[in-house]
Amino acid sequence: MEDLDPAGWDLLLRQAQAASLLPRLAVTAESLGLDDAIPAPVRPHLAAARSVASKQHQAVRWEVRRIAHALGGLGARVALLKGAAYAIADLPPAAGRLFSDVDILVPHEALSRVEAALMLAGWHASRVNGYDQRYYRQWMHELPPLTHIRRRTVIDVHHNLLPETSRMRTRAAPVLEAARPVQGIPGLFVPTVEDLVLHSACHRFHEGEWRYGLRDLVDIDAMLRMCLDGPAAWDALLVRARALNLERPLFYALASCSAWLNTPIPEAILGACPGKPAWWQRRLVLSLVNAAIASFHYSCRTGLTGPASLMLYQ
Amino acid sequence: MRLGDLSAHEVRKRLANNALILGTGPFAVRIRSQVADVAAGLSLLYGDFRLLDGEVCDMHVRVDPVRGPRRWLRPQVNFWHDGYAPFKALPANHAFAMLEWGLNWSVASHAHHFLMLHAAVLERHGQAVLLPGDPGAGKSTLTAALMLSGWRLLSDEIALVDRDDGRLVGLARPVSLKNASIDVIRGAFPHALVGPPALDTHKGTVAHLRPTPDSVARSLEKVSPRWVIFPRWRDGGRVQLTPHSRADAFLHTASHAFNYSTLGSLGFELNADLMDSCACFDFEYSRLEDAVRTFEELGV
Repeated sequence: MEDLDPAGWDLLLRQAQAASLLPRLAVTAESLGLDDAIPAPVRPHLAAARSVASKQHQAVRWEVRRIAHALGGLGARVALLKGAAYAIADLPPAAGRLFSDVDILVPHEALSRVEAALMLAGWHASRVNGYDQRYYRQWMHELPPLTHIRRRTVIDVHHNLLPETSRMRTRAAPVLEAARPVQGIPGLFVPTVEDLVLHSACHRFHEGEWRYGLRDLVDIDAMLRMCLDGPAAWDALLVRARALNLERPLFYALASCSAWLNTPIPEAILGACPGKPAWWQRRLVLSLVNAAIASFHYSCRTGLTGPASLMLYQ
Repeated sequence: MRLGDLSAHEVRKRLANNALILGTGPFAVRIRSQVADVAAGLSLLYGDFRLLDGEVCDMHVRVDPVRGPRRWLRPQVNFWHDGYAPFKALPANHAFAMLEWGLNWSVASHAHHFLMLHAAVLERHGQAVLLPGDPGAGKSTLTAALMLSGWRLLSDEIALVDRDDGRLVGLARPVSLKNASIDVIRGAFPHALVGPPALDTHKGTVAHLRPTPDSVARSLEKVSPRWVIFPRWRDGGRVQLTPHSRADAFLHTASHAFNYSTLGSLGFELNADLMDSCACFDFEYSRLEDAVRTFEELGV
């Protein structure tokens, strides 16, 4: 950051804002004590971004408590996923992260009870017709998004990590089983770091919304850097990926993190990653992924960005 | 250099090349447009604004024709904030009004290093008055009349409260006049410079009033808040200035603010300090000249 010229800052602010990463940048700059090295016209933007992030963190904590309250009597395990999990467990990706909704994972058999309890507490499926309702329930790994009638907050209720139609089969039960209870909020759980990495990877490489691609890589990068300590931890991640049948998305996540964020991933791990595809497939998919990740701001887009995002979504 | 120092041709060229950076209060705004009405509107209403050449801009905005058939057939334009279009496209003859609404949106959605209240702000003798007002209460008309009677305009829509010292910062952008108030202001102040009206917008007919040179030149001069006045225009009513509870003024401004809740406890403290330093009133009027006289007597 110290080496950026004003034009570089102008572009960085815009790209970071478009990628939902400006607060992350602002919080990182502050924690590194870089504020004095940052040009005066940039500082207000970082201060503003920090305000937005801390407001969202406060809101997510409140929202999670309301969800725990609504689902408390069901006796089913409720695990937080993605942003809400990072924030509540205070994991490394939480710093300066923004949230668009709260993702939760529940056992498939508890799904209708969970939905009924959430409806009683004010969350309902909005703007979804009968066809969508049936499509989600039959083929997807989540319910249609539920919106709170007063606060307009959104919950995504998952019962699996991947859609039922996906070629790759995985199971949510082991993730729920291994999840750890959240201190101070009874009934609520957060998956292990390995499972959060794997979920984030399979979410990124099996669903659309590529404008959040870089943000998701930053999440995964933060967990890999801060939470995986030593060869045993890396081995455990590979073993877990095999157990959940998520080796392929893990490989793509590791390769992309290494390419985009210089994540220190041991050579041996990338080489030994059991989901490593054939070389031509690797090159093809990673070049599409790179083009799609660049979709967050128009200054990064290339002719390949649109078609790549579409192809990866299929 | 000021925008008014450029020829109309030069303004059009800079807008088309994304090379026009305008200083409006604390913000450097880079504007891009190939729409002739936008260039004409800027030349007419922003002539006293500073042209900047800094490389870090606070906003990158654009108003241009949409793609597809609506570029030609009953043409439409849209507003982009750094590549993102927050609104639906509008008829091409609303292009300048769209730039104004877009700039309001850009400030209100990003400038969280200020507490942003929904109120007009004017200054006289180093003291500021805030005019929060419900739509239709006559806030903009009163703001225009006060500015044209010698008050310095800070803003007609967004009150910017500095997070560090609780003082007010100006934008000095044009005042948005609606429907009957356009002719009221033209009638009462024949020298006022009002831009061409945009007809049939979602707010009815809208036209913008050029800010006074003094307002623009001094927009970075911070000022302390002194009064919060809720204006209400009532046909044939007497001029009435009655005390308004501070607690209620606090709640009203907080619930109508653009980012009160985003700032959390800081928002509460800034708004509370602001109310503590102000006298709060309700104000009813029917004739503008009576209103202006009442405001002149405020400080006495």
